[in-house]
Amino acid sequence: MTKIDAKIPQGPLAEKWSYYKSHQKLVNPANKRRLDIIVVGTGLAGASAAASLGELGFNVMNFCISDSPRRAHSIAAQGGINAAKNYQNDGDSVYRLFYDTIKGGDYRAREANVYRLAEVSNDIIDQCVAQGVPFAREYGGLLDNRSFGGAQVSRTFYAKGQTGQQLLLGAYSALSRQIEKKTVKLYTRYEMVDLVVIDGRARGIIARNLVTGKLERFAAHAVVIATGGYGNTFFLSTNAMNCNGSAAWQCYKKGAYFANPCMAQIHPTCIPVHGEFQSKLTLMSESLRNDGRIWVPKKKEDAAAIRAGKMKPTQIKEEDRDYYLERRYPAFGNLVPRDVASRAAKERCDAGFGVGNTGLAVYLDFSDAINRLGENVVRARYGNLFQMYEKIVDDNPYETPMMIYPAIHYTMGGTWVDYELQTSVPGLFAIGEANFSDHGANRLGASALMQGLADGYFVLPYTIQNYLADQIRVPRFSTELPEFASAEKEIQDRIAKLMSIKGKRTVDSIHKELGLIMWDFVGMGRNEEGLKTAIEKLKAVKKEFWSNVFIPGSGSDMNTELEKALRVADFIEIGELMARDALDRQESCGGHFREEYQTEEGEALRQDDKFSYVSCWKYMGEGQDPELIKEPLDYEFIVRQQRNYKA
Amino acid sequence: MDKTINVTLKIWRQKGPKVKGAFETYKLDNISTDSSFLEMLDILNEQLVSKGQEPVVFDHDCREGICGACSLYINGHPHGPDDSVTTCQLHMRRFKDGETITIEPWRSAGFPVIRDLMVDRQAFEKIMQSGGYVSVNTGGVPDANAIGISKIDADEAMDSASCIGCGACVAACKNGSAMLFVSAKVSQLALLPQGRIEAARRAKAMVARMDELGFGNCTNTGACEAECPKNVSITNIARLNREFISAKLKD
Ligand SMILES: Cc1cc2nc3c(=O)[nH]c(=O)nc-3n(C[C@H](O)[C@H](O)[C@H](O)COP(=O)(O)OP(=O)(O)OC[C@H]3O[C@@H](n4cnc5c(N)ncnc54)[C@H](O)[C@@H]3O)c2cc1C
Ligand code: SF4
Ligand code: FES
Repeated sequence: MTKIDAKIPQGPLAEKWSYYKSHQKLVNPANKRRLDIIVVGTGLAGASAAASLGELGFNVMNFCISDSPRRAHSIAAQGGINAAKNYQNDGDSVYRLFYDTIKGGDYRAREANVYRLAEVSNDIIDQCVAQGVPFAREYGGLLDNRSFGGAQVSRTFYAKGQTGQQLLLGAYSALSRQIEKKTVKLYTRYEMVDLVVIDGRARGIIARNLVTGKLERFAAHAVVIATGGYGNTFFLSTNAMNCNGSAAWQCYKKGAYFANPCMAQIHPTCIPVHGEFQSKLTLMSESLRNDGRIWVPKKKEDAAAIRAGKMKPTQIKEEDRDYYLERRYPAFGNLVPRDVASRAAKERCDAGFGVGNTGLAVYLDFSDAINRLGENVVRARYGNLFQMYEKIVDDNPYETPMMIYPAIHYTMGGTWVDYELQTSVPGLFAIGEANFSDHGANRLGASALMQGLADGYFVLPYTIQNYLADQIRVPRFSTELPEFASAEKEIQDRIAKLMSIKGKRTVDSIHKELGLIMWDFVGMGRNEEGLKTAIEKLKAVKKEFWSNVFIPGSGSDMNTELEKALRVADFIEIGELMARDALDRQESCGGHFREEYQTEEGEALRQDDKFSYVSCWKYMGEGQDPELIKEPLDYEFIVRQQRNYKA
Repeated sequence: MDKTINVTLKIWRQKGPKVKGAFETYKLDNISTDSSFLEMLDILNEQLVSKGQEPVVFDHDCREGICGACSLYINGHPHGPDDSVTTCQLHMRRFKDGETITIEPWRSAGFPVIRDLMVDRQAFEKIMQSGGYVSVNTGGVPDANAIGISKIDADEAMDSASCIGCGACVAACKNGSAMLFVSAKVSQLALLPQGRIEAARRAKAMVARMDELGFGNCTNTGACEAECPKNVSITNIARLNREFISAKLKD
């Protein structure tokens, strides 16, 4: 049995991080210059880490798929970022942010990590303001806040509906400054295709130059992956097109445990699916739930009339509307956490009250807010989101309620890391959405940006030194070492194999097939039989892919189909691990809802006595079942409760 | 039921930076008017790949108008005929049944073609690196509410900061000038007390880098503002000019 050590520092919760920092090993300035660090990814996590490590004096190499670091998926985050500043004097504190995050995560996150996250959250806001991030302000000149799901305080900082953009541009500007100073070397349009491990430690990567199609080798003393989440396993998601799970999957195959793969978040407020040609789903920010009210018709016949196009939502009288979140959860109303809101929407639609021509939609209505605040205030708060909606749906949300439906949005699961954000492969670190660390079974809104920047600015730059302090005598590595050659050969062979199949299916057609299986069986409601079916079906998809995919062009040139194929090959395997993990977890918690485990009222039912652990999956080789290792979640400071958003 | 249209596409195909390119014509039938422009290109690419041909290469990622990856000159307009949207937000309902749609890459000396509709925008990176930041390190900064900032300045800085770095302004400009892009960053930071301190130095450095990279001069034609998908205002250029002149006077 493999044992797992999360390396949680000793002491009371509130003192662990200070204790760690005052006892950890550091690297002196002269030695930093001699240490090379690879950071893969330039989203909030990667850009903030690369910039901060560069500032400290390390020699950093930073990679991304896109042509600019600024185009990482983080740019699309709309709503905001949490911090425990308590600027509103509404009772917020580090402890409350910690508590809300643990509870929101349905008691499946590590206490010590989450407390540290809440602790450094305030520094993030200070840092961003110093960089010139134009957060929203009040007339008095101080920062404004809004509230987000799962909280009863207003602790979310925002920059219009473009918070991720502004935070990323802040990190990107800090990164640009380090590139100019030559502490960071940037590689755009490069995709990591394998991790190189030497004597059990991460020592480099193989990356594919996406413009030339050539494989290149990069060596370093430590490797950091900040490559985001694997939500695109579902094909349709709110993630950007290039989001993928491949870097994490390569690390998994090189020995890094994959934690809680089944924990995926379904976001309640996305624009509903409308056609087969659809390439992605668009999120309508959760911040809209501050002022928008969610409802469906009370009467089935009204819902049917709407679906048939015979009735308009504005014709339905107030008393014939079912504001089902306000009805079921009076204390939190429209601001219940995402998993709760998503399931409630599915429940209404499954029961026949759904709207839109597919019946898979509910209303998000701003008429009350417009009456109360005036159209101008609503426009100032959400103008760009309304415009986005109108451009896509061709409907004016100031006049008719928006239609929304849940969609895959975020993955809480990811590469397993300890308190130091180090994976089970020494010298390999994972930050941001790529790791599993802080959100348990469900992430609260505005907490991903917080976590990405906490990891990159304030946690990793400390913890990585504790590792590197022992590496100062290790000379720079040569990429001529046999480990680099064999890793390169492996990926070369994989590409050659893919190119040689010359079958009949396009990559996208297989990806869509994968997505449908995932949505039907590993989506919002899961059960034993469905999960077993999914695993069988995924095996068939894998076989189909490796025997019938067609990729035009050449393997050693720019080839966008090959890029997609390499990612889809991994998505299929990730999908299988998600199903396997969901099957193992015989309880409902957060985003993972097993239909066999629910209360009479249809709420998630945890099984704390059996499943208070992190599922860590260890790769055992092609065709072998992975080993499940359990990291127990012993709660020292919080008493677990059934989540209650009713009263 | 969805409405569908048939279109003819004239698309610029070019194998590499040094290879001569040419237009190719493709016919696409039964395109739902609810599909986005890039979804229409996905459909074309699926058809090309099914026939064993190489797909049309274009940059894209977020598909919601925020990452700035997508580009395309569509019927003579960067980001196509609709106002205030990027190519990825453009929908086929803006086109007529039977229409011929011409699709080209950004054409500008500053942005060489990599393949087909994909161009190299590294020049924007280099301009950012020359000074598009406030020179602070991580940590040791004051409390976020230590300095009040008027809401008006903060909102104006936010408007300037909405630039997505797509390059449409350069592509639209007959001089190939990058002034709108540069001025948006300079203005955002000059409007905030945090960025004010280095405002003059920043303006000089970014303009110098822009000139070095071979972007043209601004002659105030206003084409950039008209085509910018994020409505970045030309008043930013006026502010940049003021910053620049005052910096030069101090020299
Ligand atoms: C539409 C939307 C709205 C959101 N809104 C919010 C919000 O309001 N508040 C909030 O807190 N969270 C929000 N989130 C979640 C949040 O944006 C993400 O979780 C977070 O930005 C992830 O950041 P990251 O740095 O970990 O990864 P990403 O931003 O995904 O960056 C990944 C990086 O890795 C690179 N990369 C990936 N694979 C490779 C490879 N193999 N080789 C080289 N490079 C690679 C990519 O190019 C990219 O640079 C939202 C998410 C979406 C989809
Ligand atoms: S100023 Fe407008 S057109 Fe120019 S790069 Fe920015 S967003 Fe694009
Ligand atoms: S794809 Fe991101 S702006 Fe168009």
